[in-house]
Amino acid sequence: MIIFVIVVLSIALLLPFYRVLRGPTVFDRMLGVSVIGTKTVMLICLTGEFYERIDMFVDIALAYAMLNFIGAIVVAKYLDQTQGEPR
Amino acid sequence: MSESPQELIGGAFILIGVVFALVGSIGLNRLPDFFTRAHAATKPDTLGLLFTMVGLAVLNGFERTSGKLLLIVVFVLIANPAAAHALGRSAVRSGIQPWVRADRAKTTQPKDTEGNHNE
Repeated sequence: MIIFVIVVLSIALLLPFYRVLRGPTVFDRMLGVSVIGTKTVMLICLTGEFYERIDMFVDIALAYAMLNFIGAIVVAKYLDQTQGEPR
Repeated sequence: MSESPQELIGGAFILIGVVFALVGSIGLNRLPDFFTRAHAATKPDTLGLLFTMVGLAVLNGFERTSGKLLLIVVFVLIANPAAAHALGRSAVRSGIQPWVRADRAKTTQPKDTEGNHNE
């Protein structure tokens, strides 16, 4: 059952790559990258459940979630300063 | 197939979470505009991660790992809307117009009674 869940989640993880490749604006691409990061956190935890080592994988997932959040915030701030009016 | 109720409840939570993740990915590709895509990307994604982590915590039992899983849930529940809000604010400031329906965009024309709703 856990392998079925991992396969479905991998399909759901491949779909946003289309939006990253062919987003009309750079914001669409960043949105796709953020979605990929969140789904990767889910995939890491399910992989830990599959190998029965979730006590190790959950730390990696927590670090990855923080890194994903910081990346999205930094790129949003950068685009805010370059394309809009400065705050 | 004699599974404990703990495994059944955890598996059901994980299945619901993955279905939400799949719906979010499809919506990210199908919706017409950045703002509607931000709607489709953030909310089902966060809810899917919440369901999956709660399901894994139920499967894992009352341990320290379950606490870490719920810590991921709390962090993503704060971080994911904040990131989407920052992206949406910078998109508004850079002048992206929201998508309107095709029969409402043409305000000078008389109203189309055929009802051409989609694209």
